[in-house]
Amino acid sequence: MKLYEYEGKEIFARYGIAIPKGRVVSSHSEVPEAIKYVGLPAVVKAQVLVGGRGKAGGVKIVNSVDEAIDRVKSMIGSSLRGAPVRKVLIEEAVDIDRELYLSLTVDRSVRRYIILASREGGVDIEEIAARSPESIVRIHIDPLIGLRDFHVRRLMYELDLPEYGDLYNIVRGLYSIMLDLDADLVEINPLVITREGRLIALDSKITIDDNAYFRHQEFFDKLMSEERDLTEEEIVARKYGFSYVKLDGDIGIIGNGAGLTMATMDLVRHFGGSPANFLDIGGGANRERVKNALSILLNDRNVRAIFINVYGGITRCDEVAIGIVEALKEHGTQKPMVVRLVGTEEEKGRQILEEHGIKFYVSDEEAAKAVVEIARRG
Amino acid sequence: MTIIVNKETTVMVQGITGREGRFHTERMIEYGTRIVAGVTPGKGGQSVAGVPVYNTVDQAVRRHPDIDTSIIFVPARFAVDAFYEAVDAGVRNIVVITEGIPLHDEIKMINYARGKGVVVVGPNCPGVIAPPIRVKVGIQPARSFRPGHIGIVSRSGTLTYEISDYLSRSGYGQSTVVGIGGDPITGLDFIDVVKMFFDDPDTKGIVVIGEIGGDAEERLARYIRDVGLKKPIIAYIAGKTAPPGKRMGHAGAIITMGMGTAESKISALRSSGIEVALTPMEVASLTKKVFG
Repeated sequence: MKLYEYEGKEIFARYGIAIPKGRVVSSHSEVPEAIKYVGLPAVVKAQVLVGGRGKAGGVKIVNSVDEAIDRVKSMIGSSLRGAPVRKVLIEEAVDIDRELYLSLTVDRSVRRYIILASREGGVDIEEIAARSPESIVRIHIDPLIGLRDFHVRRLMYELDLPEYGDLYNIVRGLYSIMLDLDADLVEINPLVITREGRLIALDSKITIDDNAYFRHQEFFDKLMSEERDLTEEEIVARKYGFSYVKLDGDIGIIGNGAGLTMATMDLVRHFGGSPANFLDIGGGANRERVKNALSILLNDRNVRAIFINVYGGITRCDEVAIGIVEALKEHGTQKPMVVRLVGTEEEKGRQILEEHGIKFYVSDEEAAKAVVEIARRG
Repeated sequence: MTIIVNKETTVMVQGITGREGRFHTERMIEYGTRIVAGVTPGKGGQSVAGVPVYNTVDQAVRRHPDIDTSIIFVPARFAVDAFYEAVDAGVRNIVVITEGIPLHDEIKMINYARGKGVVVVGPNCPGVIAPPIRVKVGIQPARSFRPGHIGIVSRSGTLTYEISDYLSRSGYGQSTVVGIGGDPITGLDFIDVVKMFFDDPDTKGIVVIGEIGGDAEERLARYIRDVGLKKPIIAYIAGKTAPPGKRMGHAGAIITMGMGTAESKISALRSSGIEVALTPMEVASLTKKVFG
């Protein structure tokens, strides 16, 4: 889960990382108070979880209270790159001398933590990597020894910043945040050096490990709240413990197992169709799970046809078939469906489908071709 | 020969009294796996499918010093502790079935175990199955597999059963099938397992089942460029239609910062002489093409 900039900055402040003076507002009526607190000129920043906010007009400098009110009015309720703006962060304008990039994350390929830094802050790390890969400083941290002083010394000399003792506290802070909060990415971009020589985090990007909610109820609550912009389907899917991702096509996909479900989407695309979603019912799903999963797709207006692809290992085909029949009973058959069911209790499963007039396939490729054809005919 | 497991493999099941632990213990014994002990704190003295249950790993290995392999079914929040308990008791191979272990726990667990020379399969994996010797340390449905000479290494579960099944039905059985797991950090990566298959005289060809996220497939391609294609490899990559920035079920299946796309993996593998199938079924037809 991604945190909003203002949430990340609240965390930074708790860990002693300097941030600009700021206030979050969710209505223009709160603006005069906020400006009184941060002073003028100020910066107003739309709070969204998508990248490229600056280029999309989500960050503006204001020189008066009226201007700030106007900006906030036009931002709140609007959408930025498809994401609704609910809150705006108003901050003091900082006198910038230089901008740096600094982040901490996990380098999967070597199973180590990694500090990424660059003297070219303010643009996406992807952009820096593409334009001047040699400018990126990479320092690996063995998780068994953790962050050590020598790592930070290396970073200071690589960035040519030996005079900035602040950097020490910032890197220490980021490392603690990463571990304490189960973050898999903690990024400051830009980390600015002010004309007075202070280091300030001008932006924040923190993502929390989805596997760690059991020790961070506060993040799980945030995730399920309206502010995360989860779709209705995504919330329902989370409630039932499915993995669900919405896509922009018209063929609803249900599979068991992440790899098989992805392969099913790919198969649909391979034969010229367009998947509407990824929905993995997981291992050992019973009829109730199958019914709930299918209901999500039956309720989705963008779905014109449904492709269920189950390879029964621990999952039993007869349970899947019963789940399908029950979902259809509850909803009435309004969407054409192609079922491919093989594996454990395959015969029983097919018999149940047959009794209810549901067409099934043995070959995943034949099934994919069929569903693409059905969706095309509409 | 087989890899990771052999005829002497002697197994302990951690979390044996849970629903999954119990079910799969029975299935593994049915298949032919030698399971001598189970561990669940507080359930010592009971037995599951005729297997004695102990309160601690230490008790289990003292009573059964021949235990060399553990399989962990313990729920995520307790799995980390169970894992360290097995490593510190000297168990050499650990298969972690558990899904949902936090990343920061995994990164420490894996580094600690690898440092001690312990082979870790998983986390979040289906385990290891060797059809020629009928040893299964995992949750795979036996029906998908036949004895033979194809080694399979995969980041996914069900998709592996599916592809094994296609291969079996085309007459290509398997030597050993290893599910390395779907998380960003895993104990074994593709290179580790492909190396083992290269060294295994009973494995004639290798199937690699990858997916979006990370660079394990690209690193395998580089490794093959360095050492050469010692045995034919056929690959399949899932997630060609996955959007960037979204986790596709597996914690590790995510395209981040433009990295980890299916296209990048497919082109890296192809440029190293590895055949890449476009559909699961095509893995079997390419195998036929290679082996005749």
